[in-house]
Amino acid sequence: MRKQLMKGNEAIVRSAILSGCRAFYGYPITPASEITETAALYMPRAGGVFLQAESEVAAINMLYGAASAGVRAMTSSSGPGISLMQEGISYMAGAELPCVIADITRGGPGLGNIAAEQGDYHQVVKGGGHGNYRTIVLAPHSVQEMADLTALAFELADRYRNPVVLLADGFIGQMMEPVEFPQTAIAPRQPEYAVTGTEETRGNLVTSLHLDIDDLEAHQGHLEAKYRRAEKCEVRAEEWRTDDAEIVLTGYGIMGRILKAVAAEARAGGLKVGVLRPITLYPFPKLHFKRLAERARVFVVVEMSNGQMLEDVRLALNGVRPVEFLSRVGGNVPSHEEVLGFVREQARRTLPAREPEEERMANV
Amino acid sequence: MSSEMASEYAVSHGKAKAFYERYERKEELQHQTHFCPGCGHGQVHKMLAKAIDELGIQNRTILVGPVGCGVFTYNYFDVGNISAAHGRAPAVATGVKRSRPESIVIGYQGDGDLAAIGSAEILHAANRGENITVIFVNNAIYSMTGGQSAPTTLLGQKTTTTPDGRHTATEGYPLHVSELLATLEAPVYIERVGLGDNKQIAQATRAVRRTVENQVRGLGFSMVEVLSPCPTIFKMTPVEAQRWVRDVMEKTFPLGVFRDRTKDAQPRQLPEAGPALEEIPRILGVDIEGLPEGNAHAMEHAAEELDLRVRVAGFGGQGVLLLGEVLAEAGLDAGLEVSWLPSYGPEIRSGTSNCHVRLARQPIDSPLVTQPTVLVAMNEPSLRKFHSSVRPGGWILYNGETFPSDCGREDVHVLAHSFTRVADELGDARAGNMVMLGALLEITAVLPEASIDAALRRLVKSPKWVALDERALARGRELYRESLQEVGHES
Repeated sequence: MRKQLMKGNEAIVRSAILSGCRAFYGYPITPASEITETAALYMPRAGGVFLQAESEVAAINMLYGAASAGVRAMTSSSGPGISLMQEGISYMAGAELPCVIADITRGGPGLGNIAAEQGDYHQVVKGGGHGNYRTIVLAPHSVQEMADLTALAFELADRYRNPVVLLADGFIGQMMEPVEFPQTAIAPRQPEYAVTGTEETRGNLVTSLHLDIDDLEAHQGHLEAKYRRAEKCEVRAEEWRTDDAEIVLTGYGIMGRILKAVAAEARAGGLKVGVLRPITLYPFPKLHFKRLAERARVFVVVEMSNGQMLEDVRLALNGVRPVEFLSRVGGNVPSHEEVLGFVREQARRTLPAREPEEERMANV
Repeated sequence: MSSEMASEYAVSHGKAKAFYERYERKEELQHQTHFCPGCGHGQVHKMLAKAIDELGIQNRTILVGPVGCGVFTYNYFDVGNISAAHGRAPAVATGVKRSRPESIVIGYQGDGDLAAIGSAEILHAANRGENITVIFVNNAIYSMTGGQSAPTTLLGQKTTTTPDGRHTATEGYPLHVSELLATLEAPVYIERVGLGDNKQIAQATRAVRRTVENQVRGLGFSMVEVLSPCPTIFKMTPVEAQRWVRDVMEKTFPLGVFRDRTKDAQPRQLPEAGPALEEIPRILGVDIEGLPEGNAHAMEHAAEELDLRVRVAGFGGQGVLLLGEVLAEAGLDAGLEVSWLPSYGPEIRSGTSNCHVRLARQPIDSPLVTQPTVLVAMNEPSLRKFHSSVRPGGWILYNGETFPSDCGREDVHVLAHSFTRVADELGDARAGNMVMLGALLEITAVLPEASIDAALRRLVKSPKWVALDERALARGRELYRESLQEVGHES
């Protein structure tokens, strides 16, 4: 197996082009700029379009145009830029246009800072734009997943005719890890709704306008049915040693990595700790939580945000198990040691006192 | 005459083919537009449809509609239709045209749409010289939302949001978009026309056609601004509104050609077809054949528990990140699991830089190294910041002649040396990072030299630097061995 060392941000672009993406419109922002730069280098070589837009507002509307023309298109940004794109994302969801948006998150609110944070959860997962719509959200936790989930994002975007967001923190974007790519590139079929400037597509119309109230209600019903289908078919999560877990740690992106390390050490100390890492943040893996709640005594949510995913975990568990919360914000990362201490504290509070394993063995 | 027939108009002058026969996307009254009597949009629609007919481009045309009274362009034009967000038509048109350069992309916008909320999009599309056509209908007011003021509203003009008339002190001056865009280099054609009388209408018809034709010829960005009456909001009869535009509005917005470079413009060529799909992996540099052989110098003997956690820190420019990268690349070459994470924290503020590197036999959980087994401190601030985090039994490599006594720890090993000076003696102080890496490699003794060589050649392009770095690595290894002899001698 031959792998190459690469930054997550660079892997996204390569995977996108292999997945048939031939249009990239973006605006630079730390820590997502390598995506724009890599696209500037490779998109024209692959026969695609690259353009640095005048703003994120323009970029997302250029995507709207490219997607209307039936081309797989993507953009990238970070918190402040994603805020500006929300208008266009709402229009694309309304007009049922597919696209892929990579959000490599940084600190907020406002200008915040350029350090990694996870404060975009609400604006991305809950849909920061206006109207009744959803975006499918994928949360990679490694460079390999940056590549794999980008490919999946394009598939899902087309399958559901809806924007898909790749939500990764600055760590996952900036770090280098070995990665491998598929050796064949895809040429997606031109979608039938596309307006391409031909006789066959002359009758097509891309719009999000439904002036008649019943018409708009029916349209939203149609969108809602798609989202229900996605909730049924597209939920993805990774479970790490949850079979016998009494304490389930949960977090996404870089936190998922740290939680695995914490769980391993906690297990070495005799605690039955597992990790449930959501890969799709919408649809949220509610059933995974419900199932694990049958055995687990407590859930521990760890975020680099102020309790944003926490709300979804609480909704999923609906009060059947206690949910504890640990967070660092501003660019700080809950450290391995910090989380381990917190987990041990929860174990003391929640789990019944029991004899250490060795002593029990000695008593036999 | 039956009642059904009475509801139909007889079209005496013939209807453009680019219009639908019946406007079936409309809920009702499918034989007529939604425009008010005397509205300029109807006339401009006709001019555009006629131009599409005459140029024979109906099948190729994609119309990008605005938000405002022109929003229903797709009800009337039998062409490909896209409805854009308010003000964004030039961006949407850019996205369409760039991917479908053979199509004819026409943006249709009003003055609120184009001159206010979409001012950035129109400016930049024009400045990029997008090969699109823009039809800009300027009636000096927001009509669809009920008569609010626009950037093009005249001084003194009363609107629902300038009830006492537009004042320069509070609302500034009417925005002259055509004149503004004509200051840019890229646009090929910009003209302002009116609908005030038959002569003006004839000129407007020619201008609309010209802006479309320019695109068909591949000449570049062309825009026609049409001064247009809105009798409903102006609260005038159609004839009064038409006269007001001609007699009053034209004084602020004079008609004329503001840019015509059609004679000099070179027709653009359609882009060449992209490479074959089979070529893509190679173009992206991800084809297996193009990659270095994985596990080239695989360490069959490496212990299962091998788990090297390195934190490298120093000033920006000391080669901190490269040191880590060579280490990670060499680990990959040796068949290990690796991760490399650049610093992303407040320490950047003080001009320092650091990275986390992990090399392990087992898959790596967290790529963050909060408790390193080896700290490479390339300056004193980095030492002070991280020395207490080193795991007991671990190593601190410090770039300095004397190790600060207050950073000393009983439970870690220390190799302090002026690595930068050593590198300077070898030829360039900037190779100090490789001297330190050499010492690290000798201490940890987990990576084969062949993997380091391979990594160095992959990451350092200049042969001169490869040679220097190799000497630096060798010297670093020696420094560690010499330190052992010193210790042995002392003991």
